[in-house]
Amino acid sequence: MAVKSNHVTIKGIKDGLVFLLDDECEYEELLGELRYKLEHSHQNILTGPIIHVDVKLGSRRITEEQKQRMLDILKQKGNLLIRSVEFPEPEQAQVPPYKIMCGMVRSGQVLHHDGDLLFLGDVNPGGSILCTGDIYILGALRGMAHAGVDGNEDSIIAASHFAPTQLRIAEQISRPPDEWETRETSMEFAFLQNGAMQIDKISNIVRLRPDFNVFKGV
Amino acid sequence: MGEAIVVTSGKGGVGKTTTSANIGTALALLGKKVCLVDTDIGLRNLDVVMGLENRIIYDLVDVAEGRCRLNQALVKDKRFDELYMLPAAQTKDKNAVSPEQVKDIVLELKKEYEYVIIDCPAGIEQGFKNAIAGADKAIVVTTPENAAVRDADRVIGLLESSEIASPKLIVNRIRPNLVKSGDMLDIEDVIQVLNIDLIGIVPDDELVIKAANSGEPTVMNPDSRAAIAYRNIARRILGDTVPLMHLDQKKGMFSKFKKIFGIG
Repeated sequence: MAVKSNHVTIKGIKDGLVFLLDDECEYEELLGELRYKLEHSHQNILTGPIIHVDVKLGSRRITEEQKQRMLDILKQKGNLLIRSVEFPEPEQAQVPPYKIMCGMVRSGQVLHHDGDLLFLGDVNPGGSILCTGDIYILGALRGMAHAGVDGNEDSIIAASHFAPTQLRIAEQISRPPDEWETRETSMEFAFLQNGAMQIDKISNIVRLRPDFNVFKGV
Repeated sequence: MGEAIVVTSGKGGVGKTTTSANIGTALALLGKKVCLVDTDIGLRNLDVVMGLENRIIYDLVDVAEGRCRLNQALVKDKRFDELYMLPAAQTKDKNAVSPEQVKDIVLELKKEYEYVIIDCPAGIEQGFKNAIAGADKAIVVTTPENAAVRDADRVIGLLESSEIASPKLIVNRIRPNLVKSGDMLDIEDVIQVLNIDLIGIVPDDELVIKAANSGEPTVMNPDSRAAIAYRNIARRILGDTVPLMHLDQKKGMFSKFKKIFGIG
């Protein structure tokens, strides 16, 4: 977002115009550019008959007041009829991509989280960590971890030191085999494959999360 | 203003009372003014371990309910002038007092004594809440067993969510030969799980049992390994830097001979 460039893209569609507004730059900058484009560079298409306009904000979340200010700018052009404004639902706004927490989850303690969680610390035997999404533990998992508590079978559980008393993903419950002790000490993660709990090395996580950025080296 | 330290563990039978008695006595030995408080109402033991059972007139509940003044309930130790004990009641149960009442009593004691050592009952219910109410610091006692470590972990969690910051750990009743053979948890393993500062390790010592039964805290007997351990802990409470004791040193010449002859 460094270069002052096209934060506002105007596209023509069959029955109107779509305003694609960049979702990474400063909102003020965006409004400035929108105002500029409406007043200076695009006068020819923006005058004349009434045109339907769809505004798409990408993944930007705005307040009601910010939205009103944007609409005020668009309304300065009498021929623009705002048909829709698209931005993420406010409920989603409360769920960030993942949350970072740290500390110790001790025996009898339960850590709940909505969404994905990156936990820096240990989960001790008798302690539980429950997430609707994925659980990544930078530390020892000695207690219970339950990923996808709302039933998301695609959730995974990863830990630097993987020695859980029990693992749960969605409805599946699994406990480590009794001869678990002699495992190599590398970070691992648990996932469901055809309804069965599987464990793999963390470096293979891309097989389940193809959208992750993969480091390929040079 | 003195300092109130609660000795707790979650699990029963790991040595809270023995530890309280010995740390209290060791602090008195080092010239500090100490008061021991037994909060195990209904199952009091501290008086027995201290050998002061027959001197009790009033107790904690009497003080809380205003039947006597605090000073009347305190039992003076027979060995030290500056060591006192506030016994628990034996006839009531844990609900006989509230955390606020205990807090007030401990606050009162802190004005008079440099160290107030609170012996906590097992469990995490009312008795535990009473015991930690007035404490500034906490010592968690565990033995190198999974069950005890589990309960210690639970208690540490509860202490951390109360106002008592960074509890200290005592690993009690270690048997070096069992640790060596891999049949007992290593101290390292315990610390790894509990993740709090270690303030002392106490080897298993038969003299402790003997001492408890005779009403004379082990710490009085300089021949006991456990006594040395407790004295070290007391010095660490005072802020001294004392290295951890080596657990397998006492074998001495005999084991060296064994080694020479290849049978050790």
